[in-house]
Amino acid sequence: MVSLGMEYYLPVIWALLLAVAIALYVVLDGFDLGIGILFPFARSEVEKDQMMNSVAPFWDGNETWLILGGGGLLVAFPLAYSILMPALYLPVIFMLLALVFRGVAFEFRHVADTSRFLWNIAFAGGSTLAAFFQGVLLGGFVQGMKVENNAFAGGPLDWATPFALLCGLGVTAGYALIGAVWLILKTDGAAQARARQHARLLLPVVLVFMGLVSLWTPLAFPRIAERWFSLPNFYYLAPIPVVTLLLAGFVWRWLERGHEHLPFLGVIGLFLLGYLGIGVSIFPHLVPPTLTVWETAAAPASQVFMLIGTVFMLPLILGYVAFVYWTFRGKVRAGEGYH
Amino acid sequence: MPMEFDPVLLARIQFAFTVSFHIIFPSFTIGLAAYIATLEVLWITTGREHFHRIARFFTKIFAVSFGMGVVSGIVLSYQFGTNWSRFSHVVGNVVGPLIGYEVLTAFFLEATFLGIMLFGWNRVPKGLHVFASIAVAVGTSFSAFWILSANSWMQTPAGHEVIDGIAYPVDWLAIIFNPSFPYRFMHMVTACYLTTALVVLAIGARYVYAGKYPQDGRTMMRMAIGLIAILAPIQAYIGDAHGLNTLQHQPAKIAAVEANWGGHPPGAGVPLVLFAIPNEETESNDYEIAIPHLGSLILTHSWTDGFASLKDFPREDRPPLLVPFFAFRIMVGLGVLMIVIGWAGAFLLWRRRLFETDWYVWPAQFVWPVGFVTILSGWFVTEVGRQPWIATGILRTADAVSPVEGWAVLTTLVLFVIVYGIVFSGGLYYINRLIVRGPTGSAIEPPDQGLPSQPISGAREAARAAIQHPGE
Repeated sequence: MVSLGMEYYLPVIWALLLAVAIALYVVLDGFDLGIGILFPFARSEVEKDQMMNSVAPFWDGNETWLILGGGGLLVAFPLAYSILMPALYLPVIFMLLALVFRGVAFEFRHVADTSRFLWNIAFAGGSTLAAFFQGVLLGGFVQGMKVENNAFAGGPLDWATPFALLCGLGVTAGYALIGAVWLILKTDGAAQARARQHARLLLPVVLVFMGLVSLWTPLAFPRIAERWFSLPNFYYLAPIPVVTLLLAGFVWRWLERGHEHLPFLGVIGLFLLGYLGIGVSIFPHLVPPTLTVWETAAAPASQVFMLIGTVFMLPLILGYVAFVYWTFRGKVRAGEGYH
Repeated sequence: MPMEFDPVLLARIQFAFTVSFHIIFPSFTIGLAAYIATLEVLWITTGREHFHRIARFFTKIFAVSFGMGVVSGIVLSYQFGTNWSRFSHVVGNVVGPLIGYEVLTAFFLEATFLGIMLFGWNRVPKGLHVFASIAVAVGTSFSAFWILSANSWMQTPAGHEVIDGIAYPVDWLAIIFNPSFPYRFMHMVTACYLTTALVVLAIGARYVYAGKYPQDGRTMMRMAIGLIAILAPIQAYIGDAHGLNTLQHQPAKIAAVEANWGGHPPGAGVPLVLFAIPNEETESNDYEIAIPHLGSLILTHSWTDGFASLKDFPREDRPPLLVPFFAFRIMVGLGVLMIVIGWAGAFLLWRRRLFETDWYVWPAQFVWPVGFVTILSGWFVTEVGRQPWIATGILRTADAVSPVEGWAVLTTLVLFVIVYGIVFSGGLYYINRLIVRGPTGSAIEPPDQGLPSQPISGAREAARAAIQHPGE
């Protein structure tokens, strides 16, 4: 027997689990997409090899979190999945096609010799477009969509607003930043120096985008203004932007002082704070502005069945993901072989 | 004003295209992962270096194939929503968790340990590398388990109830082990192993025929032929059992496959239609060549019993005929070819003349696509044959489509064809290059020793000599 309590808590638990999966995706694939965005700025093929080798053992696993994001939404909130996907049809498929290009580029580029430049382009272009469209998807999600009778009722280009495009550029800059601090961690010599330079350039740019989105959302969407600026919410939520600014200041200092690990951890922190801010703006809606996590939830029996598996599998997965990162710890050096 | 396009038809073409493209890679990597794991186990148990060399060689090919499988698979996990949103909503409660379990138990296992398998040769101890390869192989099998369970449930749903048009789970074991699942799972996994064995056979034959890497080429041929000789006939048996299961649960599919319009006089049984052009207008077969009674014998294991004919179903519940009918015949024909390849090879191995028998080795170089074509044919039979339903008895394909305008679907369809065309050509080109480079253990191409279609006679002589004096 399913009690009413379960029907309240299960969708919340699942919303949190999905949020964790997507956060892991954004951080993990964020830096490997970021490396693709920075790829054209590398000065030599050796440096490009170094950049690519720094993520080569991980990218398959990193992208699997994206499948968990899509699959998890289908499992836990099938109605939300069936509305969000048609509403964001074109950017979802553009993003997937971009990922196809940059994904195969890893293996093809390694085997190619004269056609290598083609896969350099595919890797950089695919990564940049995938990042951009992920940002567009974020914007399209935050701004909401037209829903009638539990189905998407708008047109194929409804998502294409200035706000969504701003989010697209913001996420591209953000991924480039986390890619740069990953390279500081994983490379040395000229590649590391260049990454440090890129990170110092990108940090203020990302802050500007975060600021613009933070101003735009409450101005354009009264529901979001209400959430942040009504009392007493304001007092609870004000620390989020304050901590973000403080942390950004620290990251800047760490970059100046030549730290290798701290900038990466700091930028992850910035990502999570931005992510938290979006969560605060949206929750409990899963199809803004109409449907909540409760209204779109799968049958409790489905959510419970999946939760049992997740409770056992997720720690195991995190364990072996960590093990693989540990196996390939340390610097990638120029000339160190691929497989 | 843009033209009006039929969104259902476009969505179906798009899904057929993306899923057919995707299935090529898992079909290969499921078998190849198991093969690489086997080679590595042989390597650490026998200590023979050439197993290591072959494992490493196939790992490179695995990397390229697996990468293409991953990226084309991510697309599918989103297409249920982008193109089939009604499907997601109506059966999401049941099918969703099956796909969720696939991600949790299989995808992370394979994708994560792949890193060690590809890049860990010099980083981790031997035993751990073998473990990683086995983990990847197990992951690919788990993946097949869950996705085939989901597909089988759509074909033969069980363990659920429908309330207000939405399916709800009642009994998870009945859902997972629905009536067609055990047959489909066995049939598909066996097909994957056969497909991989045919690719390995072709690569081995290429080396043996050209006289390049003869020792490795011979090992590849031996192992592949052994597997095909055993699995191909077993597969015929599994396929027959799967067919009987389909007759029981999806009789319209079998009626389409057999092009059975009924009307046979009592006692005549149902003939086996070898060839025909089924005509949906006249409800009969044109140009039919048939063997009396054989249809009854195969499907009912009796001389005279009938089985459901197309006319037993209203027109709107019949699947389209041409695709299941012809695809089935291609599948069975190629299955028979596999048995011939396996048994002829095994006979020659037994007579110790395999590697000198040009009439076997030369054509064996070209058998690599056979498994893929067979698998695609089989999937066309089963997927077109279950129409007009996307989930049998629960939801029709025409009612499952997303509210997305036709032009948007057409745009993405064109993009998929272009992108996948480029990626597929690139994949074939680079896998061929890896084969040309060969299992040398180095990534540097040997100077001007590409495998020619016309073998250099000197190389051929060398290969012959190597066979006379093994152990060179």
